[in-house]
Amino acid sequence: MAAHTSQSVAKAAGDDVENDVAARGRSRRTDSDSGNRGENRGGKGASGLRRAVGTHWYAWAMVAPVVLVLGVIIGWPLVRGVYLSLTDATERNVSRTIGARHIEATYQFVGLDNYVDVLSDPVFLQRLVWTVVWTVACVSITFTLGLILANMLNREFRGRAAYRMALILPWAVPGFVSVFAWRFLFNRDNGILNKLLDGGGIAAIPWLDDPTWAKFSVVAVNVWLGVPFMMVALLGGLQSIPGELYEAAEMDGATAWQRFRHITLPGLRTVSMTVILLSTIWTFNMFPVIFLLTRGGPGDSTEILVTQAFREAFVSSPRDFAGSATWGVLILALLMIFALVYRRSLRKQGEVW
Amino acid sequence: MRRGIAATALVATLALAATACGGDDKGAADGTKAGGELSGTVTWWDTSNDAEKASFQKLAEAFTAKHPKVTVKYVNVPYGDAQNKVKNAFSSGSDAPDVIRADVGWVADFASLGYLDEVPAETAKKIDAEFLPQAAASGKFEGKTYAVPQVIDSLGLFYNKKMLADAGVQPPKTLEEVKTAAAAIKAKSGKAGLYLRGDDSYWFLPLIYGEGGDLVDAKNKTVTVDNEAGVKAFKTARDLVSSGAAITNATDGYANMQTAFKTGEAAMMINGPWAVADTYAGDQFKDKANLGVATVPAGSAKAGAPQGGHDLAVYAGSKNTAAAHAFVEYMTSQEVQVQSTKDLSLLPTRTAAYEQPDVKGNEMVQFFKPAVDKAVERAWIPENGSLFEPLKVEYTKAITGASSPEDAAKAAGVEFRKILKGWK
Repeated sequence: MAAHTSQSVAKAAGDDVENDVAARGRSRRTDSDSGNRGENRGGKGASGLRRAVGTHWYAWAMVAPVVLVLGVIIGWPLVRGVYLSLTDATERNVSRTIGARHIEATYQFVGLDNYVDVLSDPVFLQRLVWTVVWTVACVSITFTLGLILANMLNREFRGRAAYRMALILPWAVPGFVSVFAWRFLFNRDNGILNKLLDGGGIAAIPWLDDPTWAKFSVVAVNVWLGVPFMMVALLGGLQSIPGELYEAAEMDGATAWQRFRHITLPGLRTVSMTVILLSTIWTFNMFPVIFLLTRGGPGDSTEILVTQAFREAFVSSPRDFAGSATWGVLILALLMIFALVYRRSLRKQGEVW
Repeated sequence: MRRGIAATALVATLALAATACGGDDKGAADGTKAGGELSGTVTWWDTSNDAEKASFQKLAEAFTAKHPKVTVKYVNVPYGDAQNKVKNAFSSGSDAPDVIRADVGWVADFASLGYLDEVPAETAKKIDAEFLPQAAASGKFEGKTYAVPQVIDSLGLFYNKKMLADAGVQPPKTLEEVKTAAAAIKAKSGKAGLYLRGDDSYWFLPLIYGEGGDLVDAKNKTVTVDNEAGVKAFKTARDLVSSGAAITNATDGYANMQTAFKTGEAAMMINGPWAVADTYAGDQFKDKANLGVATVPAGSAKAGAPQGGHDLAVYAGSKNTAAAHAFVEYMTSQEVQVQSTKDLSLLPTRTAAYEQPDVKGNEMVQFFKPAVDKAVERAWIPENGSLFEPLKVEYTKAITGASSPEDAAKAAGVEFRKILKGWK
């Protein structure tokens, strides 16, 4: 080992050009081929770094802006958020500038106190349970509807383009506009939905006034907003399945259901897995639908984790920045655990992720 | 992230716009009086409602007639979002208004965070001498004056005279009478008796005062919302709705209430003077005389309504405090107050304004002035505004039957103690 190391140090320090060319030639294989060289490299510390920079400087140069931007817009707020969650920062003790006057920050590091507070409060568990129910309900309904619509649209018929346009419309309207529109529709006393029901002789439904109906309503609106994305993604997946497969299956006498089960579903698998993961993360953190439609109400029955974090930070005074950051970090941790488990289960099934 | 970018862009645009149009007055915009004359731009964030805002904008812009070099930038910020918006603007410093119209419950909070510029000593003295004492109290924090009272209000029982007369009932004085009156109204017209707002805890205050309770006892640093009177108030709220005497909503309550009352779907509602202008616009009140106002119905102990209203305050970081304070003084002057009473039936905060014929002769003032005099002064503590949010959650749960009155009172108490650290 020692000999190896000194040799490579000498080499690295010596003929750069030759090294460069050799490394460049080999670099493509590095990921897949023997662990031997990788191990060698790993043990070398500074010289290895120098060589890596020396040989791949152009790659580093290309990546640098991206790393920088990600660092500034994602990394820094994240680190700052984690740090705040370990302090007692509130509106009263953070630094702020009021005109010419600057007030210095006086908050202190409190360790894991905030996490203990949040996790020992029954509110967290209540919100978590409803957030999971909400996410599972929204994603499964959205996915099923998207799949059905995609299959219906994946065939030739008159006016197909018009249907597609109509189905994508909810996606084109800004989210808050549709949510406000739904809020008017759902209004118990003066909303159109209840006027229609009234016309049919059915008693008014307290859409947003009853905890159960409110939950139903927020899920319905989120599904309405989410279906177009699912449909378009799945439609793309459907169109990439070769037609010959269906022809061959038909020749073998497979029924429509069998074709769907054995060709369509496996063919859509990669796309589905991706959209389900994305949709889960989005729904888990779907702030606008809940906040704008019910403000978490009636009472606090439709409050999910993110809206609760907002409540912590912006509704009461002084605003509890540390508490809100704690909720945020917990939400992030939950989603990361979910993504890891999801990835592992896909790996087990042989998907490449 | 997106929001952050949008906000940055917005700030940048506004900054550009500000420098572009305010370029000339830059030199004088630092609050100094150039040659004894005020100049610069005063941005005013007003929270008045749709029926009121046109009138206030006109009054505000008329300030230019007195101070030709001052430009007033009028911005209407919906009351519901205002507290958050103001805080965001104040804490970031950029793009903050010079003057805000703050609910009386916000003043102590903003002042405790260092956001408000103290009122000049001379004005503070005038406030003590010339304003209603309970209004003056709302602008103070720890003995210093941070805001000038603009309007004062309280809640009252609005009723549809014709509907009550048709049902053969008198305006109810107690909640028990509300129930009998509601039954008569329902029997006669099929409409609801009372609309009781269920999505805002401010409307819960008459109920808890009615039972002889209060949210907190600031003197003894004690939370009182969950005591016997508090529980009784939650019970009363639930009882009014479950007995059919009152209708309510858990969302969009204000809009639904106004619609129900203006169209005659409900014969009574509890509301304040700010609603008068909008109510007159309703079908039922084409003849203004059809609107009657009475004291809020009493509970088992007494009739009590909260003291509300709005104060004007100057941002401590304003670049133009001299002009801003002058603007506040103008907006709270007697002539402006009389004018807003004339236009909108709002109640002045200056004692002398009540001697003016336009104010004296206003029917709403005749009713609301005694109500305001008797109104329950709230605890002017920084946490005042924060208490309403958790209380709202529990009030809504209790009134819609999602949780029992006892549980709602208890839960409100728990939340209150989280906000008021160290209180009993």
